[in-house]
Amino acid sequence: MTRSLVPLAVVGFLLLQSSGSAEAAETIIRFEARAAQSGDLVIASVTDLDFMRPLIAAFQDFNPGISVTYIEDTSNNLDASVSSACADRGFFADLVISSSIAQQVRLVNGGCAREIGSPVVANLPDWAQWRGELIGLTYEPAVMVYNKAAFSETEPPRSRFDLIDLMRQSGDLNGRIATYDIEESGVGYLFAFQDSTEASTWGRLIEGFGRNSVATFCCSSEVIDRVADGRAHIGYNVLGSYAQSRADKDPRIGVVLPTDYTLVLARAGYIPREARNAVAARLFLELALSPRGRTILDGETHLLTPLSGPAALAGSGGDEEPAFRPIPLTPALLVSLDRAKRAQFLSQWRKSVTPPTP
Amino acid sequence: MSLAARLATGPGRSIAWRLTLLLTLLLTIAAAGTVVAALSYGQTAATRAFDRLLTGAALQIAERISVVEGETVIDIPLSAFGLLSLASEDRIFYRIIGPEGQTLTGDETFPLPDASAVGEGPLLYDTAFSGEAVRAIKMQRFLAERAVRGPITVIVAQTLRARSELASEIVARAVIGVVVAGGVTLALALLAMHLALSPLRRIERAILARDPKDLTPFSTTTPREVEALVAAINRFMARLDRRVGAMQDFVADAAHQMRTPITALRAQTELAMEEDDPRKLKTLQRRIRDRAIGVSRLTDQLLSHALVTHRADSATLEQIDLRRVAVEAEREARRTGGAEGIELDLPADPVMVQGDAFSLREAARNLVTNALAHGKRPVRLRVSVTGDGKALIAAHDQGGGMSAVQLERIGERFARDASNPQSAGLGLAIVAEVAGFHHGSIRTATVPGEGFEVGIELPLAEARPTGNPEGDAV
Repeated sequence: MTRSLVPLAVVGFLLLQSSGSAEAAETIIRFEARAAQSGDLVIASVTDLDFMRPLIAAFQDFNPGISVTYIEDTSNNLDASVSSACADRGFFADLVISSSIAQQVRLVNGGCAREIGSPVVANLPDWAQWRGELIGLTYEPAVMVYNKAAFSETEPPRSRFDLIDLMRQSGDLNGRIATYDIEESGVGYLFAFQDSTEASTWGRLIEGFGRNSVATFCCSSEVIDRVADGRAHIGYNVLGSYAQSRADKDPRIGVVLPTDYTLVLARAGYIPREARNAVAARLFLELALSPRGRTILDGETHLLTPLSGPAALAGSGGDEEPAFRPIPLTPALLVSLDRAKRAQFLSQWRKSVTPPTP
Repeated sequence: MSLAARLATGPGRSIAWRLTLLLTLLLTIAAAGTVVAALSYGQTAATRAFDRLLTGAALQIAERISVVEGETVIDIPLSAFGLLSLASEDRIFYRIIGPEGQTLTGDETFPLPDASAVGEGPLLYDTAFSGEAVRAIKMQRFLAERAVRGPITVIVAQTLRARSELASEIVARAVIGVVVAGGVTLALALLAMHLALSPLRRIERAILARDPKDLTPFSTTTPREVEALVAAINRFMARLDRRVGAMQDFVADAAHQMRTPITALRAQTELAMEEDDPRKLKTLQRRIRDRAIGVSRLTDQLLSHALVTHRADSATLEQIDLRRVAVEAEREARRTGGAEGIELDLPADPVMVQGDAFSLREAARNLVTNALAHGKRPVRLRVSVTGDGKALIAAHDQGGGMSAVQLERIGERFARDASNPQSAGLGLAIVAEVAGFHHGSIRTATVPGEGFEVGIELPLAEARPTGNPEGDAV
């Protein structure tokens, strides 16, 4: 497919940030206005640009006079930048979109956001909005991916119970399970934390992970890469949007929506208090949830929207319909970010997952 | 303009209008009071309801603080935040402070309550954080472990959006309730008032529908509140009836009584005109004079009688001294002529009675005139207090008094002495009437050799302190 959008200038920065040991990349890409410039919209996001590009193009179709500056970073770096801007009451972006929704909730709880003031907020289900300031834009299930070749003889696991049984029964999976490094990835931590509150399977799951020397990675794409090339047989808690769009192109991988329950994440966006172009930001959010935006998000990116997601995923789980558990945008998410709680949770994770040093 | 004045000058000063105004006023005051109470109640109720959530969340967090391997472990339960999320639109803040004052987790800058308000138990306080007013609770948990000893302070706070929403909802409902209840109450009150006032309209219709000549009392059943009014109307009509009757009597009497003597007078005058004999003429002239005096006295007495009858209905009784009445009556009698040489026999002390001075004077004058006309001089007008404690004003003469038949008819009108052309027959009728409306009676006494006495006996007025003629009988 040839994209109609050709950015007039694509400026990429690869900035090395000296925050701790983690190497972080901040990318800034600018989409110039297509007509006489009347404004600029700065979007800060953790979403891969490939996912956002069609939305930005559609936005400029409607608002050709507005240039878009797109800042992409890892969730933790983005959170740090946005938090410090909020604390200094300075400008960072007109719109902040992140899959790290707990951090988004914390920022909104800290008074960093402003009321969106749009009728689209009222259309959203309750779980997908908070205070009219933070709204969910996507509907992305946490899925399992599997290597089809590895499961040519047997059935791939359909639920966590299947996965736990599989990990207990055979030694085949040793070193062949990949998942998020929950210390590195905001989304991975969020999914893990939700798993721990959702069902009692969590304890047995991480015990199995530990026994089978689970491999952990920063990002969904790396997990999927390993499953695709067969180094891993199963990837656990991968973002469904990435998995499905890869599976569309790559016949080697299969996607499973766990039937016991399927967590659903809505990437959340808010307009910062200090936004310079809140009007454009609101227009962008309205576009994302408009029929046009829904068509884009439901398309090849498989991001879906809270409005269209439940219908789009219905029937994709095979015989048994998965129980979708959207993670609500509420201050309860703050608990997962609590210093003490996080430290306890991570230490429990490490104890289980990290093999005892000989 | 004061409310009272406004009420007094309202349209037609109608009772219904006044009641409507007062009821509306009262209901408005009551409604305003209820709304004010609801405002305060709404605030209190909302605060209480959400303070419980806050307390519950703080308790849950405090409960999960423990010491493991010498470290303070704070395991914030999800349920605590779930509880706070019941106020779904509110921001949540928390801060947990260790025994040494170091913040263990949460918002390090969250303000503590004023030092003045420290207490042992949980403390709820209002403060502001991150640009918004918040309600906070401070709760302490004392750890007494080997490694950690001292209070752990848990602070949980929440913004006020849900509280104010609940409060305004309560108030809005209360206001709607009050307005509806007030409207319904007013409507029912007006209906009740309409029904309650319907007897008045019935009476009004009865009065309007009445024949103007019909002066009989109303027999309509009336509510107790207007009984007095209807009774007053009935009394008024009875008086009017009496007055009209008296007037008709007077006209009839006057016509009847005057016609005969005037006709006689005319006949005598015509005879006199024909008479040539000076001696006979002189006789006729004397007769004409006697007749004229008779007519004059008759006129006088008719008018006097009419006046006395009128005053019996309308005069207010006052404290008067009978001695004064006697003196004035004597003076009056003398002025009208033919009453020279009347003696006054008065006691030294005042003889006070409750009465109408004019009527009593007329009665006394008629007693004197009567004695002069029918008795034998000298005539004495006597005032005294009788043995059984009554006041007496009487005329005494030296004559033989009345016959038994006359005594029997005493007080009747026109019981005249046919032999005396000067008698109109009304004198003692007037006396009897005056005695009647003073609750007194006519007294006659014939003492052989000493003459005849006729007078009015009245009850003595109750003694009043002198110097206060107005009295203070309340």
